[in-house]
Amino acid sequence: MTLTAESTTPSDTRTQTDTHCPYCALQCGMTVSGTAEVAPRAFPTNAGGLCQKGWTSAALLGSPARLTTPLVRVDGELRPASWDNALDLVASRLARLRAEHGADSVAVFGGGGLTNEKSYLLGKFARVALGTSQIDYNGRFCMSSAAAAGTKAFGLDRGLPFPLTDLADADAVVLVGANPAETMPPFGQHLRGAAAAGGLVVVDPRRTPTAEQANLHLAPAPGTDLALALGILHAVVADGLLDQSYLDQRTSGFDAVWRIVAGYWPEHVERITGVAAADQRRVAALLAGARNAYVLTARGAEQHATGVATVSAWINLALALGLPGRAGSGYGCLTGQGNGQGGREHGQKADQLPGYRAITDPVAREHVARVWGVPADTLPGPGRSAYELLDALGTDDGPKALLVFGSNVAVSAPDSRRVAERLSSLDLLVTADLVLSETSALADVVLPVTQWAEEDGTMTNLEGRILLRRKAVRAPEGVRTDLDVLSGLAARLGQPDGRFPADAETVFTELRAASAGGPADYSGVSYARLRDGEALHWPVPDEAHPGTPRLFLDRFAHADGRARFQPVEHKGPAEPPDADYPLLATTGRVLQHYQSGAQTRAIAELADSVPEAYVEVHPDTAARSGLADGDLARVTSRRGATTARVHCVASMRTDVVFLPFHFPGDQRANLLTNPALDPTSRMPEFKVCAVRMTTEDGAA
Amino acid sequence: MSPREVVVLGYGMAGARLADEIRRRDPGAERVRLTVIGDEPHHAYNRVLLSAVVAGSMRPDSVRLHDEQWARRHGIDLRLGVAALGIDRAARTVALDDGTSVGYDALVFATGSTPWLPPVEGLTGEHGELAEGAVTFRSLGDCERILDAARVGAPVAVLGGGLLGLEAARGLAGRGNLVTVVHPAEHVLERQLDAGAGRVLARALGEFGIDFRLGRTAAKYLPGDGLKLDDGSHVDADLVVVSAGVRAETALASAAGIAVDRGIVVDDALRTSDGRVHAIGDCAQHPGTVSGLVQPAWEQAGVLADLLTGSDPSARYRGTSVVTRLKARGIDLAALGETHVETGDPDAEVLCVDDPARGRYAKLVLRDDRVTGAIVLGLPDAAATITQLHDRGSPAPGDRLGLLLGRALPSAAPAAASPADLPAATTVCRCNSVTKGQLVDAWRAGAASAEQLTTATRAGTGCGGCADTVRGIADWLASTA
Repeated sequence: MTLTAESTTPSDTRTQTDTHCPYCALQCGMTVSGTAEVAPRAFPTNAGGLCQKGWTSAALLGSPARLTTPLVRVDGELRPASWDNALDLVASRLARLRAEHGADSVAVFGGGGLTNEKSYLLGKFARVALGTSQIDYNGRFCMSSAAAAGTKAFGLDRGLPFPLTDLADADAVVLVGANPAETMPPFGQHLRGAAAAGGLVVVDPRRTPTAEQANLHLAPAPGTDLALALGILHAVVADGLLDQSYLDQRTSGFDAVWRIVAGYWPEHVERITGVAAADQRRVAALLAGARNAYVLTARGAEQHATGVATVSAWINLALALGLPGRAGSGYGCLTGQGNGQGGREHGQKADQLPGYRAITDPVAREHVARVWGVPADTLPGPGRSAYELLDALGTDDGPKALLVFGSNVAVSAPDSRRVAERLSSLDLLVTADLVLSETSALADVVLPVTQWAEEDGTMTNLEGRILLRRKAVRAPEGVRTDLDVLSGLAARLGQPDGRFPADAETVFTELRAASAGGPADYSGVSYARLRDGEALHWPVPDEAHPGTPRLFLDRFAHADGRARFQPVEHKGPAEPPDADYPLLATTGRVLQHYQSGAQTRAIAELADSVPEAYVEVHPDTAARSGLADGDLARVTSRRGATTARVHCVASMRTDVVFLPFHFPGDQRANLLTNPALDPTSRMPEFKVCAVRMTTEDGAA
Repeated sequence: MSPREVVVLGYGMAGARLADEIRRRDPGAERVRLTVIGDEPHHAYNRVLLSAVVAGSMRPDSVRLHDEQWARRHGIDLRLGVAALGIDRAARTVALDDGTSVGYDALVFATGSTPWLPPVEGLTGEHGELAEGAVTFRSLGDCERILDAARVGAPVAVLGGGLLGLEAARGLAGRGNLVTVVHPAEHVLERQLDAGAGRVLARALGEFGIDFRLGRTAAKYLPGDGLKLDDGSHVDADLVVVSAGVRAETALASAAGIAVDRGIVVDDALRTSDGRVHAIGDCAQHPGTVSGLVQPAWEQAGVLADLLTGSDPSARYRGTSVVTRLKARGIDLAALGETHVETGDPDAEVLCVDDPARGRYAKLVLRDDRVTGAIVLGLPDAAATITQLHDRGSPAPGDRLGLLLGRALPSAAPAAASPADLPAATTVCRCNSVTKGQLVDAWRAGAASAEQLTTATRAGTGCGGCADTVRGIADWLASTA
């Protein structure tokens, strides 16, 4: 691998196309040549850096693992079929199910990696072409808790309400449940200032590579992050560090929060979390003493049955110190998936319409229906959330068919044994996929689609900046874009010509109109402006508008302009450990793999680096289970069991095991996880469940 | 079905918590009608934070647990500034000092405790009231009196070297008072600490200017002057803070014929000898706990709320494992379980580190690989880990010293002094999974500078954090060429 494309290739393939990485929400700038050579490009989020995933991302373009023909299940086997046959089959079966069982018998599942255009058209396809309320997406498993908490506190959710590069001037950054050193490696450049100032704090039950870089690492027991935030907030008050004038001028609701927090003094919180009272006070002093300070949360705070409350508790802390809405300081959520931000704005979420509008809001329905050219009363209402949707598949009142775009739910959803069982009980499972993922392997029809470098489209990165990803290489013969697939299906379902365009820019133009006036207003964004390299953070209400890099500087988005403290209390994990399941399992990612691993496991360099599932465990805990480093362990929860290689790590808490969730089959970490859902965000509790660990043959 | 009448006597930390817990389970007052009687004139406050008020870091109004609207919002009949006079168990009524009476289906004593006044000549007046210049340390009112009287620079004596006494002493010393603690035992906190820890603690507190008179009792109080001790010596004091222990408030229960020992005796369902009468918090005596701390009171409130609301009729209180934490700025002390076991004890594994010069003391008692007792002073993160192991009954890690010392122990892997010392398998660039071995191979294959190593291996092209290491390796390779 070299840094630039070889100069021996023919001139038309030597063109370097400026684009962005296919993986995480950092959306690193890169160039891709006509022969699919990747090179990093200077762009504010990555400043010329790429991780191993980015460098190797082009390997999947021409991979033998690519699907290049539609597959249809015949006599139990997936067999090649023509596009016309496959699409005709899908459309006719969808139409029949709908006629026999009603519109909600057909469901759609999307993904946070899909472009804005795809997310938008998928939502429209579900509501208009299928008329179903049953659509949701895997972002529900990602940052939905932070989205809900952000909306409650600020009246608006944009992951980072400031440009990422603002972090460079911070002398204190607290990362809560975030491991960017592995999940978005080039992000680390933005933390250097805080680390040099002695102010980088990482909250994580594990001593992750990110925690290794911290000046102070706090390792709370899994499921106790909320209590930790209460303890630090208590210390802020007790040590006289409250920003009272900010509280008076820019917020409401602190008194009710304090009545709760008063009962969580640091020594009490120490007993719940295992984080020393002195360290809680130190974080309070560090944040309060900083010139510029940030509190940033990620999946570790969010993926809990109390995820919204947990994020709210950290936002409360940021508010008490007067950070949000102040230039150079703030609160933010590190969105995970490539288009985790845009994906949550344009209508593939069960309760949303484009522009981050609520599907229950009559004004929003009227506006969007007008753009779509349909009567507002034909739009369905809110449907089931992601896990509830998967859980209902094939049940008496649940959907009988499911279309999956950009997601591998057989691996990434919680309680995956249950999910696989539900998928198998469907009358019809259709996937649009790059490779034969574990979900596609269960499907009745698999439609081969293009990927990032083979198509145009926009993404919205973790800082709410809209980016143009451009077509850089020709797609393999036989594959189509997701937009093409939706367009083809819509036509076969009797939708008028032009209502479901297959051209990305045309779809985007319609998206702009649909989002106009909504919280995430894209109406002033055009492909031309993006091609010119303009840095457009939403909202961008018109073409002359320069975008909004920093939100909330003058007022928050609630009607009264104030941020709202949320009174939240510690509850703890939905499934505490007991005698039968004495350990807590937590899940997460490794640097070399992305999400369910469907893409990265097909790339030899990455698969060779981290080839199989493993379980990180303290050597004493392993020894007590009769296991040593390198052995295969069986990890069992109330829902299932998985097999994983033992990695002994001396910095682990003795009561915790960690499993990455990228691996298929018997190695799925999500065979263990608990689908207890947050009451607001419907986020499952991926980050903590009770397990026991034994040798592979089951002996303790 | 009409709700049951529950009357709570006492609106301190236990009574207020019980009311909160009941309303959490029965927010609409469908199962329980709640009356709370509090003899102080103001809303409940968090007694745990009083030492912060004395230390001056928290304002008195910040320690309130409830606001003015709390009772109305939750449908609670709250009677402030009213005392109970007597209980008619046959009629199930409580007579109040405002002339009214209130009926109950279930009655809860949450009357707390009152300070014990040691027999010191001149300390109390004819009716048992404290003499001028002497104050107990128990209520918000006491705090205000202490703050009024303890002018900056004035000498203050604290009678009693228990938890509250030491917290008051530390707070007053922090405000600029000259504090002397008079304590009858040979070391402070003798119930919670062994002699070694007591010595280190006194020395650490001494660093803040606090004097100790240990093994001494006060013989006579001379208002405006100070204390005369039992050895004839004198302690100057403009103010005497009495913190010599508390006694469970049991008079009403006792008068009503309910079984009382040191406190009101309760079983695991927190029932007294009268099954319709319960007790929680400091006034209750349950075999599984000691009184005077908030944790047992809160756990009891949770169990009793389960029972009174019918949310969980099987709920039982089995005792609380208490962790003693001293809340004194600059001092980090945790003590739990059996702390007086000696290192020579043949039946237990006991480790002890005694480092008085640095204010550190750590003792760990283990049985069957489980932590059964610990004292951790001056090692804050170790205290946090040990407490969790103890609370969960989890086996302790084999690295006992690591556990005992926490971050005070030097980290196991010192940084390699030179690139030459790094093992070949060491990952240099995590972002791109590049090892030192791969860099060396790339050098041997022709890369001749840090930049060329980066081009060849991608090391340093992610977050860039390893750029210095890559440069160091290139320099080393160049020097060995």
